[in-house]
Amino acid sequence: MEQDFKALDAILAKYRDRKGFLIPLLQEVQNELGYLSQETMKHIAIEMQVPAADIFGVATFYSMFRLKPQGKHIIRVCKGTACHVSDADGIKKALVEALQLPDGENTTADMHFTLMEVACLGCCSLAPVIMVDDMTFGKLVPEAIPEVLEKFRY
Amino acid sequence: MNEISVKVGLASCGVAAGARDVYLKLEEYLAANPLPVKLMQTACIGMCFEEPIVEFSGSQLGRMHVGKASPDSIIQIMEDYLKGIAPNQNVILAEKLAGTHNELLANQHRIVLRNCGVIDPKSLADYEAQGGYQALKKALTMDKAAIIEEIKASGLRGRGGAGFSTGLKWTFAAKAISEKKYVVCNADEGDPGAFMDRSALEGDPHNVIEGMIIGAYAMGADEGYIYCRAEYPMAIEHLKIAIDAAEAKGYLGKNILGSDFSFDLHIKEGAGAFVCGEETALMQSIEGKRGMPTIRPPFPAEKGLWSKPTNINNVETWANVAWIIMNGAEAFRAFGTEKSPGTKVFALAGKIAGSGLIEVPMGIPIKDIIYKVGGGMKTAKPFKAVQMGGPSGGCIPAEKLDTIVDYDSITATGAIMGSGGMVVMDSGTCMVDVARFFLNFTQNESCGKCTFCRIGTKRMLEILTRITEGKGKLEDIEELQELSENIIKGSLCGLGQTAPNPVLTTLRYFKDEYLAHIVDKRCPAGVCTALVSYRIIPEKCIGCTACARKCPVNCISGTVKQAHVIDASKCIKCGACQKACKFEAVIKE
Repeated sequence: MEQDFKALDAILAKYRDRKGFLIPLLQEVQNELGYLSQETMKHIAIEMQVPAADIFGVATFYSMFRLKPQGKHIIRVCKGTACHVSDADGIKKALVEALQLPDGENTTADMHFTLMEVACLGCCSLAPVIMVDDMTFGKLVPEAIPEVLEKFRY
Repeated sequence: MNEISVKVGLASCGVAAGARDVYLKLEEYLAANPLPVKLMQTACIGMCFEEPIVEFSGSQLGRMHVGKASPDSIIQIMEDYLKGIAPNQNVILAEKLAGTHNELLANQHRIVLRNCGVIDPKSLADYEAQGGYQALKKALTMDKAAIIEEIKASGLRGRGGAGFSTGLKWTFAAKAISEKKYVVCNADEGDPGAFMDRSALEGDPHNVIEGMIIGAYAMGADEGYIYCRAEYPMAIEHLKIAIDAAEAKGYLGKNILGSDFSFDLHIKEGAGAFVCGEETALMQSIEGKRGMPTIRPPFPAEKGLWSKPTNINNVETWANVAWIIMNGAEAFRAFGTEKSPGTKVFALAGKIAGSGLIEVPMGIPIKDIIYKVGGGMKTAKPFKAVQMGGPSGGCIPAEKLDTIVDYDSITATGAIMGSGGMVVMDSGTCMVDVARFFLNFTQNESCGKCTFCRIGTKRMLEILTRITEGKGKLEDIEELQELSENIIKGSLCGLGQTAPNPVLTTLRYFKDEYLAHIVDKRCPAGVCTALVSYRIIPEKCIGCTACARKCPVNCISGTVKQAHVIDASKCIKCGACQKACKFEAVIKE
C-alpha cells in the first residue's frame, strides 16, 4: 500500500542541510504520527539519504522512540530512587491491574492508554509520582490510581 | 500604601502539587476585585515538601512565604496579609515572623540558586534587575586569558560529579588551535533522585546562558549547545524563552554588545538515554547518532563535536561562572574547603522531612545537611543510610555521617559526590534491594559497547535478584566482588566504571544484611517479598475480622472477638491484612 507521506515530507524539508538533524527530525515525526513505523523510517532514509540501518539504530537506542502505535494517553511511572523507596512497584502494579493490560503488552486493547516506565521525572519530593501526558500526579498510593485514570477516560 | 507583591512558585514540583490552580484562583479574584496587588510567578525556592508555595511581600508584615497553599485558603490569606494579619499556620519562611523553616534556610548559602524562587524566570528584565549580564559586560572588557585565570584561581571543580578543575578544562579548549570551537552545557541530568539541574534551568535559565557566553568568549568558541533531557519540558521552555530574549537584547548572536565576539546557542533535546550524560556519548547524540561513548584521548578539548575542539560543562558548573566573574575568585574561595571551594547544590529526597533543593557551602558535614538543613527524618524510623551520586555512587552509613562534603572526603567513603542527588533511607529500606535497584538501572542503560558493562552488570543483577528472592549462596558475595573489579577495569566510560559502586558500598557497610538474606533467609527491613511473612499478634488482635474480610486468598481464620491466625502456606504476602488492621496487630517480619 502506498502511504501518504505529504505531512512527513513537509517536516523533512525543514531538516535538509542541517547538521545533526536525525534525532530532532525523528522526534518531530513521532510527534506528528504517534510512532515510527518501518515504512516511515524507510521513507526518511530515502528522502534524507541516510542509511535505513542508521535510522533504525537511533530509533532503537533511545527510549523515547516508539516503534509501535501508542495509546491516546501516555502514562509514565517514575522509577527513580525516591519513588522506588516509596513503593513505585505498588503503583505500577495498581496501574497494570486498573488498565487490565495483557501480559507483555503496554497498550490497552482500546488504544486508550499506554503504560511506560521512566527513569526519573525529577519530582522526588512528591514520590511516588506518575505522569499522564503532561500532567504530574504525586504522593500517590495504589488505591488512588483508578481515580487518576478516571480523569482521562474520555 | 505600598504595592503588595504575591509570587506563586510555578516550577515543575509546584505545578505537580497544584500551584497552577492557586495562581489561577488569585488571578481570577484580582480581576474581579481590584486590589493593590501585583501577582507574579517565580520558580522553585527549594522547599518542595511545602509546595505549593506563595510569597507575600510589601506590607508591614514583611516578606513571608506560605506553604501548602490551596485555592480555597489563598484568598483569605491574601486579604489578611493586606490588613497586616498573619496567617496562623503554614508560614514557612518569614522576615519578621516566626517561619517554621527559617533555620533550615539559615544554614544554606546560595550562589547557583541565588535567583531561583526570587525572579520570574521568563523575564529577562527580572534577571537584569538582579545584576544579570553585568558579568558578561565585565568579561568583554577583560583579557581572555585573565578570565580563564580567574576561573582557575577560584578552584571551581566540575559539578557534574567527577570534580575536574573547570579552569584547566577551559585552558585545554582555549589552547586548541581551530577556526571553529564549541561549548556545550550538559543538562542531561539522568541520575534517578536528582533534580538540581532541572530547578536551576527552570528557575534561572539566564544565569546558565550567561556563564556559557563568558566561557565561549574566553575559549574562542562561536557556537554552543545545551543538551537537555526531554523529560524536563519546563526547563526547555524556559531556556527557549531566555535564548530568544537574550538574542533580542544583543547578549547572544552577532557582535555581542557591540564587540567583535559572536556566539550562537542552540538547545538539543535528549531522547532518553542515561549514557548520554557521559561527554563523548553526549556529543555523539548531538551529532544525531546512537549515544555511545568513544575512547579518550582524543579528549573533547582537542577533538570533540564534529571533530572540533569542544568544552563541556555541567549546568551547575556554568551557573557558577557569572558569579565568580562578578565577585572574584577570592570571594568564591571564602566558601567551602581548600580543595573544593564554593557551594554545592543537593537534591534531598527519600525519607527526609525537608525534601527539596538546597545549596550549602562545601565542607559541611553530611550530618548537618540531613538534620539542620533537611529537618531530619520524615518519620520515627531511624536513619540508615544516605545514597549519594545515584547509580554511580554509594550508600553512606550512619557511622560515616561526620564525613564532610568535598570531592575527596566523599570519594574516600566509596560513594561519589556525583551531581548532587541525596536519597535518605531509613530502617524500612533494604540495602540489598537498593543495590539491586541501581544495578537494574545501569543494566538497562548500558549502551552495550563494552562486554564487561553489558554482560557483567547482567550477571550481577541476576545474583542480586537471587539473593533478594532468598536463593542466594555464600559464594555470591565473592562473585559480586570479582565481577565488580572486572567491570571497573573493563569499561570504557564512567557508566560502567562506576556501575558496581552501589553494590560495593552496600557490601562494605551492610554486609550483615546480605548475610541475613543469604544465610538466615530473612530481610531485616521487611522489603523483599519472598523473605517476609505476615503474622497476627494474638494479644493485639481484638477479632474484628477486618483482615479476614480483606484477604484475597481467604487464608486468615478465626471467629469474631477471637484472635485470628494467618495460614502462611496460603498467604500471597499482599499486605492487605496489615492495611486493614486498625490495631497494629498484623506484623511483617
